[in-house]
Amino acid sequence: MIQSENNVIITENLSIGFNHHPIVSNINLTIHKGEFIGILGPNGSGKSTFFKALLGFIKPLSGKILILGSTPQHGHSHIGYMPQMRSQMSIANLTARSILEASCKGSCYGLPLPSKSKNLEIEKVLELVKAIDYADRSFRQLSGGERQRIYLAQALLDSPEILLLDEPLSNLDPNIQEIFINLLADIQNNLNVTILFTAHDPNPLLRVMNRVLFFARGKAVIGSVNEIITSATLSSLYETKIEVIHLNQRLYVIGDGQNILGEVAHHHD
Amino acid sequence: MIDLSIFNYDFMQNAIIAGTFAAILAGAVGYFVIIRNLSFAAHALGHIGFAGASGALLIALSPITGQFIFTVFAAIGMGALGERISKSDMIIGIVLSFCLGLGSLFLHLYNGYAGQATIILFGNLLGVSSHDLHIMFWLMILSLLSLTLIAKRLLFASLEPELAEAKGISLVWLSIFFMIIMAIAVTLASQVVGVILVFTLVIGPAAIAVQWTHHFWSGICLSMLLAIFIVWIGISLSYVTDWPISFWISALVFAIYLLTSLKNIQFFRVSNSDK
Repeated sequence: MIQSENNVIITENLSIGFNHHPIVSNINLTIHKGEFIGILGPNGSGKSTFFKALLGFIKPLSGKILILGSTPQHGHSHIGYMPQMRSQMSIANLTARSILEASCKGSCYGLPLPSKSKNLEIEKVLELVKAIDYADRSFRQLSGGERQRIYLAQALLDSPEILLLDEPLSNLDPNIQEIFINLLADIQNNLNVTILFTAHDPNPLLRVMNRVLFFARGKAVIGSVNEIITSATLSSLYETKIEVIHLNQRLYVIGDGQNILGEVAHHHD
Repeated sequence: MIDLSIFNYDFMQNAIIAGTFAAILAGAVGYFVIIRNLSFAAHALGHIGFAGASGALLIALSPITGQFIFTVFAAIGMGALGERISKSDMIIGIVLSFCLGLGSLFLHLYNGYAGQATIILFGNLLGVSSHDLHIMFWLMILSLLSLTLIAKRLLFASLEPELAEAKGISLVWLSIFFMIIMAIAVTLASQVVGVILVFTLVIGPAAIAVQWTHHFWSGICLSMLLAIFIVWIGISLSYVTDWPISFWISALVFAIYLLTSLKNIQFFRVSNSDK
């Protein structure tokens, strides 16, 4: 393994899964500082599992992971995480700012007292996601797009070096998706943060992502969009005939006569 | 003229002090019970305590001791369910009804004063002794200190369990720790309103407070103030009318909750007509 400041995530012969049953095997990759990696693949192909392994929720079945120079462990303060599912919306009718206050240094002991440094930190992330206008409104009254921005602000607390964003575009309208992606691109330029972003549809990410990590059939491949999202690469990955069609600057991945990537997003609630 | 004769009796003074202790703790703990969606678990802990309180009579312990031991053990069990607790209504329901049944068996076997059942079920604030007051005071202090210690983590983990876990907080241990604090709050509250009506004091003020507030501190402070206010007014009304304290407290909670709901409906109409 080549360790250097610039290589923020390295995996070697990594196999991940649950109960000794691998979901993806033999992942070998090196992700550099400041990269935007789009993680694609069908449902259940291991995208969220990969995040769980990076966060230290699950141990590798075999192989190694190095993240920011160490093996994954719970509570790494330099990783910002935006989970796909929120188990429940709390009954407490809190403002977006109150939720950020609760999340800022939330794993410390003691009372959640307000402080100057905390307020500055919250102001900073709210500015980054351009959400100052509705920060003091009740979180429950915000739209889906506004909520996603607050969740992004939450992931940006405590100045992370890596952002793990799990399906942040699901359930957003196409125009809101684009606003979110542009915002994320700006943030990345400002902070030089490394972003790993899972999605169903590659199209919203085409302009911003540096490389694609594609999971399917228990395997993983990584490379540029032009290398990975091609008929040849995907056919060999899926072990069946896949066609990639370019149409109006969009990509359609067709297998068995169906668009196997883009369509799924709408069924996924 | 305001009738101040209420303070002339020792038992009334004890009742007010004990009620205040229970209210402070119930208001603070109740806020977390609400934001963690644990209302049913709190209700169940009250009922489970019934078996402990009546069992204690059988072996000549004070009911509060038996109730305390039973609820703490139940709390540890429920806490160990972790995040699954919100989906465990059936098992909690079966355990709580078994404990009520067990309590009725213990009372049947106990051939003493039959009024004990009513006292455990509906509270007996006027019968609180100085000894009970001491126990209640130290239990309150202990729980408030424990809550202070974990408040920040608990708030974060209650609002964002997935993130909290990613930041290294053990949700199960936190849940067990909080459930023990909740067991103490329930034990104290049932001295005031009885095991049947624990819900009204632990859930009521906090449920009202979260609807009026949008911040953690304003929410938890309002919850505690409401709890104290409701208990004081309840005791005073009971003194004047000679109706049970439990009735007045539950009626006050009901009335204030009703007003709050009306406010929300009103607000909803206004915000709809804006559109």
